Amino acid sequence: MANNHHSTPMLDELENGPWPSFISGIKRLRDQHSDGRIQGMANDLLGQLEHSYETRKGYWKGGTVSVFGYGSGIIPRFSEVAKSFPESKEFHTVRVQPPAGNFYTTAILRQLTDSWEKYGSGLITFHGQTGNAMFIGVNTENTQAFFDEINEYGFDLGGAGPCVRTGMSCVGAARCEQSCTNEQRVHRTLMNRFTDDVHRPSLPYKFKFKVSGCPNDCVNAIERSDFAVIGTWRDEIKVDQAEVKAFIAKKGRDYVIDNVTTRCPTGCMTLNADDTLDIDNKNCVRCMHCLNVMNKALSPGDDKGVSILVGGKRTLKIGDLMGTVIVPFFKLDTDQDYKDLVTLAETIIEFWAENGLEHERCGEMIERIGLANFLEGIGIEPDPNMVIHPRQSSYVRMDGFEDAAEQFYRRKMEEKQAAAG
Amino acid sequence: MSQAQALRPPIESGCPDGFQYMHPVMRRNFGMWKFHEHTRPGVLRHVSEFGEEIWTVKVGTQRILDVFTLRKLCDLGDQYADGYVRFTIRSNIEYMLADGSKVEPLIKAVEDAGFIVGGTANSVTMISHTQGWLHCDIPGTDASGVVKSMMDELIDEFRAHDMPNRVHITTSCCQINCGGQGDIAINVQHTKPPKINHDLVANVCERPSVVARCPVAAIRPALVNGKPSLEVDEKKCICCGACFPPCPPMQINDAEHSKLSIWVGGNHSNARGRPTFQKLVASGIPNNPPRWPEATAIVKNILKTYKEDAKDWERINDWIERIGWPAFFEKTGLPFTRYHVDNWRGARNSLNASTHIRF
Ligand code: SF4
Ligand code: SF4
Ligand code: SF4
Ligand code: SF4
Repeated sequence: MANNHHSTPMLDELENGPWPSFISGIKRLRDQHSDGRIQGMANDLLGQLEHSYETRKGYWKGGTVSVFGYGSGIIPRFSEVAKSFPESKEFHTVRVQPPAGNFYTTAILRQLTDSWEKYGSGLITFHGQTGNAMFIGVNTENTQAFFDEINEYGFDLGGAGPCVRTGMSCVGAARCEQSCTNEQRVHRTLMNRFTDDVHRPSLPYKFKFKVSGCPNDCVNAIERSDFAVIGTWRDEIKVDQAEVKAFIAKKGRDYVIDNVTTRCPTGCMTLNADDTLDIDNKNCVRCMHCLNVMNKALSPGDDKGVSILVGGKRTLKIGDLMGTVIVPFFKLDTDQDYKDLVTLAETIIEFWAENGLEHERCGEMIERIGLANFLEGIGIEPDPNMVIHPRQSSYVRMDGFEDAAEQFYRRKMEEKQAAAG
Repeated sequence: MSQAQALRPPIESGCPDGFQYMHPVMRRNFGMWKFHEHTRPGVLRHVSEFGEEIWTVKVGTQRILDVFTLRKLCDLGDQYADGYVRFTIRSNIEYMLADGSKVEPLIKAVEDAGFIVGGTANSVTMISHTQGWLHCDIPGTDASGVVKSMMDELIDEFRAHDMPNRVHITTSCCQINCGGQGDIAINVQHTKPPKINHDLVANVCERPSVVARCPVAAIRPALVNGKPSLEVDEKKCICCGACFPPCPPMQINDAEHSKLSIWVGGNHSNARGRPTFQKLVASGIPNNPPRWPEATAIVKNILKTYKEDAKDWERINDWIERIGWPAFFEKTGLPFTRYHVDNWRGARNSLNASTHIRF
């Protein structure tokens, strides 16, 4: 075997340096693995990769590979230079949905590793940018068998193509004091309502759910998902004045002024002469800065829920879009609340499936038709929290204004009556 | 393969339940955490309302894990921790353990095995990583190699936590940008229109869908040598490569002309200001495997300038907002060119319509 190793002078350079080397890892598979199939695959993979490094070109092409019953979840890869590198000529990736927050026991990781070793290349990534566990490198024949095996013990494929994609959630309530929601439940409730849409692509384009437990948005939900669920609270920040004093005793008043109160985006904090802290909660925009700096003294309030933003995505095709606030505050406590969340997601996906053009993300559709029309389509009333400022152009037809204003007053009255019981 | 096995219907279980893989301390204290502290780089100590604590040791790896490495990581988790792990979205592995006295032995074992402890708080954490030549079908470069080369140089910043705030770096090997927004993003930037392989177009290409994919309507159906093909209006083409995934004959990747650009100031968090998108600061950087030294040098220069100049808690975007873009270009010595002036939709909002000018 040793004599057949492709020479890899460029890749060898990536074995130098202190950071762990993926090239050394692939070489271990080539040199130390007991299965000749894996050795051969690793050798040809290295050969093809070296060829890419030398020519600065990629040599994988797509195709169609799936498992029985599903239309997505496998990323097919066929080599364009299979003649030179036959043993890795089929090198598909299997996208597997992880649990929210990417939790594993070593036992389950070992089980997945054992299964993968039987059928695949022996290379795994936790996780790809799609949020999936990526089992990288399996031939067409073994794809089904690998899926069958891990599917039996509770793992299912993620999305690929124009469908609902694998979700992502932060570590959240499992370990983070800032969390304002149950990311595990939100994530699983949403994803598993749309299992069919994950496995059978039939939407205009991809649709991603992401859940962050607080506005620090550790999973980039606003920037990177079509449906961002962000934990928040609407009552007052909890201030432990004894801890405020302890913080000042340690860091000094200047530190608090320079790094906390003057950094508040709305200037709603006051440091008093007696080293207590006041917050004008009406003007707090829940940015999280002060809670991040003084995490012992300050905590989110008790009246928790989520904000929902729709339409975030990266460049293709019209340029980057952030999500837009669609629901400023959504209470998420009871079973009914979760049902309502699912209904909202269904309504949005249905409207987009109906009105989105081919290959048009939800945010791009909103850009094309305007937020007001989108809101009307999904039955949500406009709210000033959805905009940074109102319209500034007078070039708009407004002959329906009086009716809209009248509806606004009627709605407000009904809300008041409902609140009064 | 027997017929029966090939037709096994899938169990559509979707997303698995995360609680079954969660450390019992985390399950017990779910939603009840009170605060955390950074006892040293790479370590978090979370304390709950009930006074229980969970320790986390964060570890950087090569991300493309072979089975030997993954089993090694599991062995470490069993021997020195409690067998419960999670992965961050930047592919660091986190060991969670209940007993703080086990933290130092775990760190030692992990480092002895060649992994790197760090990535917490105000560090430069692991570069978020795309697929590249190793297994994507459209890449202009190799993400794994770029990341390995850069992390070799940024390892001290990963191991410490003494930046003004956390730094998230991303890479992307095409302009689809799987890497997403980052405080610093290193992305492929094509500089020439696609070369069309006309012989292939007729066979493989769904022409209308490619025409529709182009953001600037530069693609037209055309007859070339009497066969249906496509043509690109090279004056209009912005070299984005969007036509390449649906139509492989639109060959956008070029050994010489596919370059790297560097963008800064993308910030996902709502802390202080609203989330921000990254902005172009450098381009024309050679795509230079196997170690991409030119790109790394620029990244290190930006990081050094930021570290020296930013105040505590300023992310890169906060820092630049305070000092202004002219100062950013001056301090980093990077050239400001006509290409830095946006002309995409909404570009007018990025122009200075005031006399707010720093002298
Ligand atoms: S998004 Fe908020 S709740 Fe989630 S991990 Fe980050 S800081 Fe914690
Ligand atoms: S969370 Fe942000 S807006 Fe609210 S008080 Fe703290 S710093 Fe100010
Ligand atoms: S950034 Fe582009 S080339 Fe890289 S993995 Fe993503 S789609 Fe593939
Ligand atoms: S590279 Fe982009 S702009 Fe140029 S033809 Fe292709 S899709 Fe259009």
